[in-house]
Amino acid sequence: MKQTYQKPVINKHRSGLMNKFGWSPVYARKIRTEIDGVPIDRLVEQFGSPLFVYSERAARRKYRRMFNAFSTRYPNVVFGWSYKTNYLQAICALMHQEGALAEVVSAMEYDKARALGVPGERIIFNGPHKSLPVLERAVAEGATVNIDHLDEIVDLELVARKLGRPVTVGLRLNLDAGIYPQWSRFGFNLESGQALAAVKRLAFGKLLRLNGLHCHLGTFILDPQAYARQVQKMVAFGYEVEQAFGFAIEQLDVGGGLPSQIRLKGTYLPPDVAVPEVDEYAEAIAQALSHALRPGDHPRLIIESGRGIIDEAGWLISTIIGAKRLADGTRAYVADAGINLLFTSFWYKFNVELDRQVGGIDETSVIYGPLCMNIDVTDEGIPLPPLKRGHRLIFSPVGAYNNTQWLQFIEYRPNVVLVTETGEVELIREAEDLSDILRRERLPRRLALKPAGATPGEGS
Amino acid sequence: MSDQLSRLALSDEGFVFNPQTGDSFQVSETGIVVIRLLKEGRSDEEIAARLTDLYEVSLEEAQHDCADFRARLKQFELA
Repeated sequence: MKQTYQKPVINKHRSGLMNKFGWSPVYARKIRTEIDGVPIDRLVEQFGSPLFVYSERAARRKYRRMFNAFSTRYPNVVFGWSYKTNYLQAICALMHQEGALAEVVSAMEYDKARALGVPGERIIFNGPHKSLPVLERAVAEGATVNIDHLDEIVDLELVARKLGRPVTVGLRLNLDAGIYPQWSRFGFNLESGQALAAVKRLAFGKLLRLNGLHCHLGTFILDPQAYARQVQKMVAFGYEVEQAFGFAIEQLDVGGGLPSQIRLKGTYLPPDVAVPEVDEYAEAIAQALSHALRPGDHPRLIIESGRGIIDEAGWLISTIIGAKRLADGTRAYVADAGINLLFTSFWYKFNVELDRQVGGIDETSVIYGPLCMNIDVTDEGIPLPPLKRGHRLIFSPVGAYNNTQWLQFIEYRPNVVLVTETGEVELIREAEDLSDILRRERLPRRLALKPAGATPGEGS
Repeated sequence: MSDQLSRLALSDEGFVFNPQTGDSFQVSETGIVVIRLLKEGRSDEEIAARLTDLYEVSLEEAQHDCADFRARLKQFELA
């Protein structure tokens, strides 16, 4: 009887550091045969590869876990679902069902939220580019508009005049909370006096009424105390504004930036050590609020959660389409998904799982995507057993930013499915085909190619 | 067969030692089979055919893997 085949592999032993951390290929190998009870094989058979898969159960569980962390520590909390993190309609609808407002940063995102049925008064409108028409619409529909720059104050005053009534607005701040690099391109700087000058200008115009402050420290913030410093400064500024101009601050929007459980490239510690629990963030913010706010004062706290909620609810199934050996001897694989679908691979060292147990000795390998670009690398140093065409790699977490920043470059974007809480699989975004690419193009008649066989000069 | 290859010490557990350079290697079970056949002076075609006799593998895949393995041996200056 023939034996089970494992590919011939030879690895040179190296003396020094690397051999100190030996791993067991069998125990270290990560295998995933299903997502929320649905076999990987079945998902690919039905919807093809590559395939984005979301778990409704994981998304709702994470939302509730995070919301409970904040709402059990502060009495007036609401979440704003960060559309830019993932604006697939099904994902947004799910977040709105859980109670989130829509946090949008462009006219397109505003349109998307409204098309989904979110009323204007449940939309927070941030972002540096808000054209006059969309500002008019947002104000008329009751959205919360957070001002990014002085020209926007002028625009909003125009809108107020047009509507014939004062407009209530929020002001976006940037400040030093000990985070490096400090994000200073959005809103008005607090420490330099820009923010106070902006409020003065706003009060001078008498057409706008300030009732909220907004500040987003940055992304993937690993220090909960940074939020405490942010909140203290925002509250103090709010009271200063109230005293000087009579504007009562009714909402404090602390932005987003909460991390997910993933190792960023260049970091040493694994995420379960490096990434604080959500309770630590909630505790830092709630403590800071209780110290800074006057007794009985509970302005609405807005958390613009995105990555922290949805990232770990998404997986990408991809398939090996070829194996090769690079000139320096490194084992390399070509997969049907690359940076075109995994924009976060520029920062993430993904969790990569195999769809089956594969025998053999691990080799440090590189995973390339399908693009004709040298930078299309999703992992450049991962121990993998000898794989062959048809084996599948499952990347996670991929729920944040990949379905908004994915590229339509030489490949069609694939199906996206949602596994429901009862285990059904729903298609939530259909794979693209050529009609999606051509729909917006216009070919001038004079450039139309002649039918094959026609001689030059023939035809119109 | 190269001199390097003929001098290699092999163990069934997958440990390969090159006495000339002092280098040692970890080799999979099938890799040991391939090296032993190379030491016997067998051609790539014969080795691939032998692998299909011993293991559940197609001739096409065995040929592909033999070529890849031989390239690795060459890289380590063993063949």
